[in-house]
Amino acid sequence: MSSTLVPLVVAVPLLAAAALGALGNFAPSRFDNLVAIAVAVAVTVFSVLLIFRSADQTIHYWFGGWKPRSGIAIGISFSVDPLVAGVAALIGVLATAALVVSWDYFGEQVPQHFHVLMLIFLGSMTGFALSSDLFNMFVFFELMSIAAFALTGYRIEQSSALQGAINFAVVNSIGAFMLLTGIALLYGRTGALNLAQIGQVLSRGRADGLVVVAFTLVVVGFLTKAGAVPFHFWLSDAYAVAPAPVCILFAGVMSDLGLHATGRTYWEGFSGVLGADAGSVRGVLVGLGVGTALLGGAMAFVQAGLKRMLAFVVISHVGIFLAAIGLLTARGLAGATVGIVADGLVKGALFCAVASLARRLGETDELSLHGRGTPIPITGAVLGVGAVGLAVVPPLAILSGDGWLRGLLVVASALTGGAVLRAAGRIFLGLGPKQDELLVEPQAGAEAELRRAPRAGALLWLPGVALLAAGLTLAFTPGLARRAVQHAKLSVDRPALARETLHGVRTPLPKPSFERSPAAYAYAGAAGLLAIGFAALGLYRRRVPVLVAAPMHRLKLLHDGVVGEYVTWLTVGTAVIGVLFAVLIAKRP
Amino acid sequence: MTLLPYLLAAWLFLVGLYGVVTSRHLVHLVICLSVMQSATYVLLLAIGYRSGKKAPIFTAGVPVKVGAVDPVVQALTLTDVVVSVTGVALLLALVVEIWKRAGTVDPDRLRRKEL
Amino acid sequence: MSRNVRLGLFAAAGAMLAALLVWGFTGLPAFGDFQGEYGWILNDVAGHERHVTNVVASVVFDYRGFDTLGEEFILFAAAIGVALLLREARDDRERPRDEVRSDAVRAVGLMLVGPTVVVGLYLVAHGYLTPGGGFQGGVAVAAGVVLLYAAGRYRAYSAASPHGLVELAEGAGAGAYAAVGVAALFAGGLFLENVVELGTRGTLASGGTIPILNAAAGLEVTAAVVLLLHEFLEEVMYPA
Repeated sequence: MSSTLVPLVVAVPLLAAAALGALGNFAPSRFDNLVAIAVAVAVTVFSVLLIFRSADQTIHYWFGGWKPRSGIAIGISFSVDPLVAGVAALIGVLATAALVVSWDYFGEQVPQHFHVLMLIFLGSMTGFALSSDLFNMFVFFELMSIAAFALTGYRIEQSSALQGAINFAVVNSIGAFMLLTGIALLYGRTGALNLAQIGQVLSRGRADGLVVVAFTLVVVGFLTKAGAVPFHFWLSDAYAVAPAPVCILFAGVMSDLGLHATGRTYWEGFSGVLGADAGSVRGVLVGLGVGTALLGGAMAFVQAGLKRMLAFVVISHVGIFLAAIGLLTARGLAGATVGIVADGLVKGALFCAVASLARRLGETDELSLHGRGTPIPITGAVLGVGAVGLAVVPPLAILSGDGWLRGLLVVASALTGGAVLRAAGRIFLGLGPKQDELLVEPQAGAEAELRRAPRAGALLWLPGVALLAAGLTLAFTPGLARRAVQHAKLSVDRPALARETLHGVRTPLPKPSFERSPAAYAYAGAAGLLAIGFAALGLYRRRVPVLVAAPMHRLKLLHDGVVGEYVTWLTVGTAVIGVLFAVLIAKRP
Repeated sequence: MTLLPYLLAAWLFLVGLYGVVTSRHLVHLVICLSVMQSATYVLLLAIGYRSGKKAPIFTAGVPVKVGAVDPVVQALTLTDVVVSVTGVALLLALVVEIWKRAGTVDPDRLRRKEL
Repeated sequence: MSRNVRLGLFAAAGAMLAALLVWGFTGLPAFGDFQGEYGWILNDVAGHERHVTNVVASVVFDYRGFDTLGEEFILFAAAIGVALLLREARDDRERPRDEVRSDAVRAVGLMLVGPTVVVGLYLVAHGYLTPGGGFQGGVAVAAGVVLLYAAGRYRAYSAASPHGLVELAEGAGAGAYAAVGVAALFAGGLFLENVVELGTRGTLASGGTIPILNAAAGLEVTAAVVLLLHEFLEEVMYPA
């Protein structure tokens, strides 16, 4: 049966990880890396096949064969439609790229533990993306976390790497506790863990305190993983210090999985009971998204260290796609999903370029690398074209929304593209001055590799070229948005989805009816031009007006690495979102 | 009072959170995290409790009809405990390493200086 | 941000969070009054569907056995992760003397090693019949090994748990769980579906795949706990 592929995208990486863990000591060197690459390729192939095999009908896979009994789920299920399978394929592709880059990236013998953890990380991400059981999502959330914490701290000789890993672990653990508390509340109310069934039971009641608090806690848990403001502080610390191949996975997809889960939980679980309050939920999520997009863009623009810059790019784009999902429409969800995949490939390509820079030139600081990039022109091309991609891909993916909203998101993506473009211009073309008091310079050695390699082969830059080409192609493929909206219409039809999951009653796929409007291309073009403008401004402006400099300085100081402060912000964010929902939803007569 | 076990969970959650926010020692901070996690054990098990019912173990002579407390939350709590143990182990390993590199385990003194 | 500002912010936000939590909790069924259908159904059917007497074990290793796959790998990943983080080369300097001096502690402690391991194995073996199981029993077996260090000396502990062998066991425990899932696919079932004889309820030969998965969990937990402690103890034995 075609659905046998569904468990394999999780089981194969995990089984391979266990085998390497048990036998890795006896294998020849590099064997672990080869096995890991082969597994990542297999996961990619399986996921791409699943896109096509689920094209006509969503696949519901019940583990252990425990199908629901008279509408009550007693087992755990994965639900696979082309959108979800597309995210799984993104995970597979990025894992492949990361493992290929890691072949030449490390200037040392890599302990086999690294590849074992990468495989576990791969399997946990696909599991998290495919699962439609809330507690099972928590399990994969934690498995992802454990692997990611250890991978972040890989460079134990750098205290900044350890500190980044600790901040990551502490903040994400608390996010997970929030998520689990929310799940417990939902179980207490509905007696269910399957999302569709939770949605069914909730929709029969009203939106009381338990529903509001549970929704808040679950959303905060997922948004902590995503890195939405004000839950994002850990992200810039962790992504700036993790090895670049690991960052390909972190930046390319891990953060976006938090968004994916937020969308899934709202639509399958809460869209019924909160249906009358969709306006309030939309307001909060879009507001959070726009704030995240702009803050991330501004912070990206003031970094000189490329890894920390890209970390803020990730935050900014999380905000953009959160706003798209927060529109609470099929178009918003479809656009965000296609955007997450295309943009994830572009961000992955940029981290490939960073890996190449770190390995060949020994650092990733835009100022100290001024004009030194000439020996590696292809890396420069990836960085430059990728920067433009950062600016144009998100606006192409926003398929609806008011003009003001799309305008704000264009500014955010142009800021991120402009920041990277400025760095590319400085490093590879020697443009602009060597000093800039606006920029935060990374600590010496914090982002670099230990040993520089004067020559390193195509394995460092080729994955970047491939990812970039794939990402841009996907973003511009004309029919993709149309098909995505067609499937998303089913994803947002909660009652139909619940009937299908719990009773096996099939719903026909709606006819495709959507065409991407020319406005999307106009917004994308504007973002591209604006990014070039920002880059020029960054390189050639005389001084910074105090009206910009003073608040930016304040903002920089908030990202100071003190975990107690980060957790304070997490608490503040949770409380504010919860109180907002409480006031907007529960006070409704 | 029927709300008391839930209030205990809320208390553990918040007091752990307070500890994390104010901690001056990373080992203490990690323990505070596990206090927070304990809140989720208490909450899960309290939710699944049924007055007067026993554990869901039906050995010979115990008819299924007598009923038992909810078995699902117990399985969830077991997973939760494993998560907690592993998280603590990994964090403590990071703390050991940062003590060697930075010479301090006071999170407030691990401030980024390049800002 | 100064500590006072942080405390002030936290006090305000924490108070709001507290109010929210209490507000949410008041929506729960009164303590002891839970009527969730999921648990009702499983308590009713697990006995005759899975031939086990411990319903929790059937949830852990079958109905929600896929969660437990993730859980096994959480342990596995943590042990691997700790080994990665504490991987520094340890030189061959003389180890500090760590023998327990008190004869009484040593005698009682070492005497307890055997019984602890046996109790642990019993807990693993009977996990699907009575309270216990691979996770609980695995921790107890590992505790028996740790007693060698606590009541004796580190060398005894590391001799009783050769590193390569424990790593092998750890991978095998986690891998076996996933392999049972895949084996069901080859037998024509769904992942982790039971494809073997269910046996007689109330005996050790009951539960189909549950005893196999339970044993895999026991092996994994024992090995992971021993490995984790090994890594930390190595830190103590070879201070930087």
